[in-house]
Amino acid sequence: MQRQLPRHANSRPARSRFGGDGLRAWGFLLPALCWTLAFFVLPLAIMAVYSLWQRVGYKVVTDISVQNYTAFFEKSFLYESLINSLEVTVMVTLISILLAYPLAYILAEKVPPRWQRIALILAILPFWTSYVVRSYSWILVLSEGGILSNFLLDIGLTSEPVSFANSRGATVIGFVHFFVMLLTLTIFANLVQLPKNYRRAAADLGAGPIRTFIHIILPLTLPGIMVGAFLTFVLCIGDYITPAILGGKRELLLPQTIMLQIERRSDFPTASALAMILMAVVSVVYAACARWLKLDRM
Amino acid sequence: MKNSRILRTLSTALRRAAYGLPLAMTLTATSGQAADELNALVWCDHTDPALIQPFEEKFGVKVNLKEYEGTGAALAIIEQSQPGDWDVLVLDGVDVPRVAETGLLAELPQDQMPLDDVFDAVQMRDMTFKDGKMYAIMEKFGYNVISYNKEKVDPADMRDLSMLWSDKYKGRIAVYDYYIPLMDLVALKMGVKPSDITADILPEMKKELFKLKENSVMVGDVVASSTALAVGEADILVGGGEWAVSVLSAEQPELDWVLPEQGGMLWSQALAVFDSSEKKDLAVEFVKYIMSPEGQARLATSSCFWGMPANAKARDALTEQQRTALRWDEQEGFLANSHRYFIPDADLDGQMLDTWTEFLQH
Repeated sequence: MQRQLPRHANSRPARSRFGGDGLRAWGFLLPALCWTLAFFVLPLAIMAVYSLWQRVGYKVVTDISVQNYTAFFEKSFLYESLINSLEVTVMVTLISILLAYPLAYILAEKVPPRWQRIALILAILPFWTSYVVRSYSWILVLSEGGILSNFLLDIGLTSEPVSFANSRGATVIGFVHFFVMLLTLTIFANLVQLPKNYRRAAADLGAGPIRTFIHIILPLTLPGIMVGAFLTFVLCIGDYITPAILGGKRELLLPQTIMLQIERRSDFPTASALAMILMAVVSVVYAACARWLKLDRM
Repeated sequence: MKNSRILRTLSTALRRAAYGLPLAMTLTATSGQAADELNALVWCDHTDPALIQPFEEKFGVKVNLKEYEGTGAALAIIEQSQPGDWDVLVLDGVDVPRVAETGLLAELPQDQMPLDDVFDAVQMRDMTFKDGKMYAIMEKFGYNVISYNKEKVDPADMRDLSMLWSDKYKGRIAVYDYYIPLMDLVALKMGVKPSDITADILPEMKKELFKLKENSVMVGDVVASSTALAVGEADILVGGGEWAVSVLSAEQPELDWVLPEQGGMLWSQALAVFDSSEKKDLAVEFVKYIMSPEGQARLATSSCFWGMPANAKARDALTEQQRTALRWDEQEGFLANSHRYFIPDADLDGQMLDTWTEFLQH
């Protein structure tokens, strides 16, 4: 077997840190760096500072304190919103993976290559509809007198109209509808990169299709699953629109609680503290998933 | 734009960066208006072309409309803007004093305003006047009360707030998600005047709210709660009123609203001119147009939401169907039995929002 060369072994080393190729590299990097500094690092820093200030009366007092953070743990309705967010997000991520994997597998393995492009376009069609419109459309499907209720009445599973809207279940359905497509794309991208020889080699060694899938295909597609799952987690836990439209505020998720502070009281310090806590949760999840988040395998 | 103005813009944008970049972008978008333009910061009902076009055609100007929700959002936008960027402001009636206090509003020429034609209870001179000077005029009003589907519920029940807490309509109720008017309504149900709400009664109020939550199918903002009623997800909307159903009166005549015997909450919106406006005369003409019977009728029946015109003379500019949907003939009794939004001090406001958040989380 040919010895594998170290990655980028053939590429030329940078001539100097700031000269030649190095300068050109910085030139390419600078726009993205400026963008990140201006629209991520700076706002995040401002938010972090704001979270340490307090809203007293109708004014923001700039005395430094962790009062907004302690209030989060003291007021049950605040930390319950984080627990609700985590429960919904984990549920959405798991269901999306379970639905997206078979879909991606069929697209990658069973659909002829010339049809894959069309199949992928069909799979991502929901992305082309407005996010808000799509969420409201689900109300028409899930509400009493909606498509689902009428269907259940028609087949005799229920004798009275039933409503599935304005509930955690409706929020989860709305999210899953969106994120299944995202996960399908990341898993599909991973699956089509797998050489066919792996399956043949496993078969030669006596492994059946299930064993090959469990021991070869699934571990090798883990980066695709994890990238999609992480994106799903991040987008889902920070989303405000879908739970607001479909959840019917039967419970509050953390982004809704944050919006409540801003919309109703202009309490930016408390909202900033809650947003920092959300950011911390996402960072912890990133740290936990980092070993699998291999974008070069996508 | 002069260099000093650019520097000032940059300086302001940086200083106020904490308010968020989207607002800074608003500043950029609204700077440098042309001479034949009027910039108005408005609620969505003013964005109806049927309302604005007649004014634009009469004066040969373009009215640039920036829609916002909540006085806090308006103040943040103003904070991000340069003096002179905005000419006209639509704001919540109860917020007029605090905005006037900041010096943002120009004095309106009283002799040119049809104040005497405005319903007495809606003039609210204590809000729109300061030191004898008029800083705003109420342009539209309505109620946070009960909207309902009269084919699904007994309309007589809807005149009694306590019915919403009974088991009769359990699971049929939507609640409008705005803590001030809703907690005011709960106070009325408890027999307490909204202006008498104190921290002492919040625990009792919380119990009432929790019971209401158990009877409700959803809690939602303007769009979500109105949609719930329109699509049949709920048969009753607590906190609703003409604003939630009247715009649908032609297509869904089964949707109606009423002010219960215990009373209801009166909302109002006011129109003002910015003190820094460089086109005050044109801005005043805009106010006069909106307050004219024709302008009032168009505003009252805006495609965004309907509400009662503040000018009583708009009656003849409305159709019979529109007046019926707005319950015009019951206004005298409704106004007498309604209360303005309770404005708590900052501490009580925080406690009320916490109670409301617990209600949402319940």
